[in-house]
Amino acid sequence: MTTAAPDDRSTVAARGQPTDTPASTTGAVVELDHVTKRYGPPGTPPAVNELSLTIPAGEICVLVGPSGCGKTTTMKMINRLVEPTSGRLTIDGRDVMQLSPVDLRRQIGYVIQQVGLFPHMTVGDNTGVVPRLLRWPEARIRERVEELLDLVGLEAAAYRDRYPSELSGGERQRVGVARALAADPPVMLMDEPFGAVDPIRRDRLQNEFLRLQSRVRKTIVFVTHDVDEAIKMADRIAILQRGGILAQYDTPDAILSHPANEFVERFVGADRGLKRLSLARVRDLELIRPVLVRAGTDRTDARRELQASAIGFALLVDDGGRPLGWIRDTDVDEQGPIDPEQATPGASLIEPETTLRDALSTMLASSVQLGAVVDQNERVVGLISVDQISEVLQSGNLPGSTDATG
Amino acid sequence: MTLIEELGAWLADPAHWTGPDGLLTRLLEHIALSGACLAMAVAIALPIGLWIGHTGRGAAAVIRAANIGQALPTLGVIGIILPLTANIEPYGFDLIPSIVALVALAIPPIVTNTYAGLRQVDPEAIEAGRGMGMRELQLLGLVEVPLALPSVLAGLRISAVQVVATATLAAVLGAGGLGRLIIDGIAQQDDAQLFIGALLVAILAIATELSFAGLQRLAISPGVRGRRAVRESAADA
Ligand SMILES: Nc1ncnc2c1ncn2[C@@H]1O[C@H](COP(=O)(O)OP(=O)(O)OP(=O)(O)O)[C@@H](O)[C@H]1O
Ligand SMILES: [Mg+2]
Repeated sequence: MTTAAPDDRSTVAARGQPTDTPASTTGAVVELDHVTKRYGPPGTPPAVNELSLTIPAGEICVLVGPSGCGKTTTMKMINRLVEPTSGRLTIDGRDVMQLSPVDLRRQIGYVIQQVGLFPHMTVGDNTGVVPRLLRWPEARIRERVEELLDLVGLEAAAYRDRYPSELSGGERQRVGVARALAADPPVMLMDEPFGAVDPIRRDRLQNEFLRLQSRVRKTIVFVTHDVDEAIKMADRIAILQRGGILAQYDTPDAILSHPANEFVERFVGADRGLKRLSLARVRDLELIRPVLVRAGTDRTDARRELQASAIGFALLVDDGGRPLGWIRDTDVDEQGPIDPEQATPGASLIEPETTLRDALSTMLASSVQLGAVVDQNERVVGLISVDQISEVLQSGNLPGSTDATG
Repeated sequence: MTLIEELGAWLADPAHWTGPDGLLTRLLEHIALSGACLAMAVAIALPIGLWIGHTGRGAAAVIRAANIGQALPTLGVIGIILPLTANIEPYGFDLIPSIVALVALAIPPIVTNTYAGLRQVDPEAIEAGRGMGMRELQLLGLVEVPLALPSVLAGLRISAVQVVATATLAAVLGAGGLGRLIIDGIAQQDDAQLFIGALLVAILAIATELSFAGLQRLAISPGVRGRRAVRESAADA
C-alpha cells in the first residue's frame, strides 16, 4: 500500500540483509530508455513513442491509459514478446536485447490478460511449469508448488489436482499469480490480472496481492485501464495516451494533486480530490478525544464533560467500551442517570486502516458527522470528523503520505 | 447345405485356420500391412501437420493438396501406381502399389486434423507458454499438441479405419491379407470363405475404431476432454 511505502523502500534499500526473507529474490530495476515500437514500416504511427521510464526495484509501476494506447506493447517489450523498433530496455543494467529471449522470459513472471492457464494441466502442473523448464528436481518442484499455492491462499491438498475448468474466476487469477511467481523472478509483468473478476472479489484480490507484494517485493509492471485500481496498486503510475506517448509518470498522490496536463486531468476524473483521499488512512489523522459515557452515568457528570469538550456529542458505550450510539448535549439537560433509549443509534464504525475516502462516505451516511474509530475488539480509540477530512481536501496536504512522494 | 452348415464345415477344417493360406495368416498379413502403412503415413503426415499448424506457413497449399488427395478413389491410385511399379525388383510388384496407395489414403486425414487441432488451440495459452520461456518445440510438445490431441487422434482414427478397410483391396494385387479370403471365396464359389473374410474385415475395422477410442480416453487430459468438440472431418474418401 502506498501509505506503507516508506517501510517498503527502506527494506528494498537494505536488500540482501537478513531481515529479508532469505529464500526470496527481491526486485530488479527496470529501465526503458527512449523506447519506440512501430508495428508497421517506417513512417507508420508508432504504438509506443520514445518512452522513458525508470522503475525502482521492488515497486509496483502501473501502466494505465485508454484502450490501444500501448500498455500491452510496452509490457511485452520487457520480456521480448515484442521487439522494440528503437531504444534500450535494461533490467538491473543488463540490456534485454543481449539476453536470449528464452532465458530472459524464465526470469520474468508473466500474468497475461485473461490469465491464460493451460487447460490440460492441473493447478499443480500449471504452477510448476517454469521450474520444470528450468529442470528443477521433481521433489523441489512439488515443494515449491505447495508453498506457492499456500502463498496465494489456495490449500494445496484441495487444489493441486484440479483443472482450470474446475476453478472460479478468482481462483484462476490466483493460480496465474502463483505460476508467475514460481521461479522467484525479480520482475513480474501483469496484464490486467484482475480484469475478469467481479468488483467485490477484485477488491479482495487486490488487497491480497498487496499483502503478498509486501512480502515478496518484486518489481512489478501492472497494466490496467481502471484509474481507481491504478491509484490503489501503484507506487508509481505511468499514464499513457494514444500513440504510446507518456503523459505523466509519478506517484499516485502527485498525479492526483498535480496532473501534468489536461489529458491527465480528464483521465483521472473531476473527483481527483476525493480520489486522493483513498491514499491516506484514518490512522494518519490526529484522532479527536471522545467523551465516553456508560448507560446509567449521572447526567450532571456527562454534561460537565461535554461542556469541557468542543464536539457536542458524547458516545454511549457498553461495558466493553464498544460504541452504542450518540448522546447530544441537549439530551443531558435533566437530572438522573442516562437512558440508553435517548442515544441516536448508528455510530458509524471506522477502523484505523480505513481510507479517508471510505471514512468520509461512512460519516456522510450517518446523521452525526463524526466517526467512531475502533480497534480490533471494537473498542473506541478516538473520533474523526467530516471537518477534519474537508480540511485535508482544502489544504492539499495528505497526512502521513508526505515521505511516500518520490 | 445352408450357409450356417457351410460355415461350420469350413471352420472345422484346421487347415483353414493355421495352414499357410489359413485365416490366421491372412489376419496377421492384414494387420501387418495396415499397421505398416499407418505407421508410414504418420511418419510423413504428422510432422507436416505439426509444422503447418504451428507456423501457419504453407498451410493453404498443403490443405488444398490434402483435400484433393482425399477425393481420389483408391482404386484409381492403384491403377496409376501399378504400371509404374511393375518392374521394381526384388520385392516384386505385389506389395509396393498397395503400400503406396494405402499410405496415400492415410495421409490426408492426419494432416488436415492435426492442422485443424493446432489452429484451434487458444492463442492465450500459446502466448502464456512463450511468455514463460518455452522454446518453440517445448511449446509444441507441452502446450499445442496436448490441447490439439482430440483432433489429432480423430485424424489418426479415421486413417486407421480406412486403411484397415481398404487393405482388403491389396489382395487384388497379390499382397495377401483378409482380402484373399474374399477373392478366393468368389473365385472358388466358396460362400463360407467369402463370408468369413468379409466378417473378419468388419470386425478388424470395428476393433481398430474401438482401440482408438480407448486411446483417446487415456491420452486426452481430463481438463480438455469434453470441452472441445472432436472434429470428425469429412474424410470418407
Ligand atoms: N501485433 C500487432 N500488429 C499490429 N498492430 C498492433 C499489434 N499489437 C498491437 N497493435 C496496435 O498497437 C496499438 C497498441 O496496442 P496495445 O495492445 O499495446 O494496447 P493496450 O494499451 O494494451 O490496449 P488494451 O487496453 O485494449 O489492452 C494499438 O493501436 C494496436 O492496434
Ligand atoms: Mg492490452
